[in-house]
Amino acid sequence: MLLNAVKNIIGSGAPATPMLFRLLGLAALLGLGGCSGNWGWYVVNPATETGRRNLSFLIDGLYFTIGLSVTAILISICLGLMVALPGLSRRRAPKAINRVYVELVRAIPILVLILWVYYGLPQVASLSISVFWAGVLALAISDSAFQAEIFRAGIQSIDRGQYEAAHSVSLNYRDTMRYVILPQAIKRILPALGNQLVYMLKMSSLVSVIGMQELTRRANELVVTEYRPLEIYTVLVLEYLVVILIVSAGVRWLERRLETS
Amino acid sequence: MSAPTQKPFIQISNVSKYFGAFQALDNVSLDITLGQKLVICGPSGSGKSTLIRCINRLEQHEAGEIRIDGTLVDDSPSGREALRNNVGMVFQQFNLFPHLTILENLMLGPVRARKLPEAEARELAMNYLERVKIPEQLDKYPGQLSGGQQQRVAIARALCMAPKIMLFDEPTSALDPEMIAEVLDVIEELADSGMTMICVTHEMGFARQVADMMLFMDHGRIVEMGPPKTFFTAPESDRCKLFLSQILRH
Repeated sequence: MLLNAVKNIIGSGAPATPMLFRLLGLAALLGLGGCSGNWGWYVVNPATETGRRNLSFLIDGLYFTIGLSVTAILISICLGLMVALPGLSRRRAPKAINRVYVELVRAIPILVLILWVYYGLPQVASLSISVFWAGVLALAISDSAFQAEIFRAGIQSIDRGQYEAAHSVSLNYRDTMRYVILPQAIKRILPALGNQLVYMLKMSSLVSVIGMQELTRRANELVVTEYRPLEIYTVLVLEYLVVILIVSAGVRWLERRLETS
Repeated sequence: MSAPTQKPFIQISNVSKYFGAFQALDNVSLDITLGQKLVICGPSGSGKSTLIRCINRLEQHEAGEIRIDGTLVDDSPSGREALRNNVGMVFQQFNLFPHLTILENLMLGPVRARKLPEAEARELAMNYLERVKIPEQLDKYPGQLSGGQQQRVAIARALCMAPKIMLFDEPTSALDPEMIAEVLDVIEELADSGMTMICVTHEMGFARQVADMMLFMDHGRIVEMGPPKTFFTAPESDRCKLFLSQILRH
């Protein structure tokens, strides 16, 4: 019977039913289905005061998760572009800089980079860095190597004729990139950039290890006091799910809008 | 207008160009004076496109030199300035900027490279759009226009840079047959207005009409050169005779 219900929700929804609702429905089903057994939803029951307090404690982590991810992705896009451009050069030295950066950064696990930036960097540079900025820095650096590769592929996909036309109206390198190549390249790599944002939102959970009060950290802390890991982590899963589905829908909307222009 | 004694505006001296082992241009020398209309023809791979691309520095020649109005064409600031002030180019594939409207396509060069104020650039663009007979399309994107319209926009875009010489690289080869005439008409009008031009084309009727000098290339060399009258009726080289007989048959 449960299986049938699952099938109903996943399979036979009208084609117009947004994926979001189906997935949320499935998640709710999983939860409610086990209500009689080991589930104890009271910890996050919005009908009780403790539940409400716990829920808002969990959900408030969103500010940090989103703030962290968005700041990091903006920085990583800029960094990535700065790393990508020398990679497109015909000369050897700029190309080498690009290769070394990408290979090096790609080889460091994000978690390791977070720990290194937060605990290691202050010793090297004798500057204290806040948890937030340590997280942003580590995520941005780590992601910038991927951004650089995405930009490189996007820029390389633009037809040679576009460079030639820009040259024929005497645009210099900077203006050619800014007004002709990048606007077209960015349009093409938008799906990939969207993927990176989703990836970043998920990876931001790792910043919990240095004490950032984002979604995952808060869930961990609540579990310690409430001893209900199943329910709390389920809420955590749902939180990420909702945020990421919204972001995905946003990216798709943007793609469609750019397509028509 | 162009007296035979006039100093050449473009001087091409002993230019050679290689693509790997393939020699695209073999010691080409050519002078073009202001007001001249030169049409270059020849089989594919003969170096005709490469020659005009070298003038515009889209290709870099390995030997010889090209001068525009006395200035050496190279990557130096003076070379680039000589190109910016003097040379416009129209491509076979139009190469309009697909993410910009027609008006923006035309204004980009004048605003960014010639540093004209926006209002002046807009006026210039409108003026040239009218000259190529599509003033009503200014807010559309290139993808919404026919091939012939796109190529006319590309001509207007080149003219907005106020060049003294226009280079046409097979401007009608990518067009549907019924759109060739509208583009050739625009180029013809431009020629009548006194614009200096070098045109690579296989449209021999057009060449007869417009050119004051015909040039036949093969294997990277200028094989034959002369005014259209003698060029079409009494070509000297066998290679040119053969080429003309094949191209004029239909």
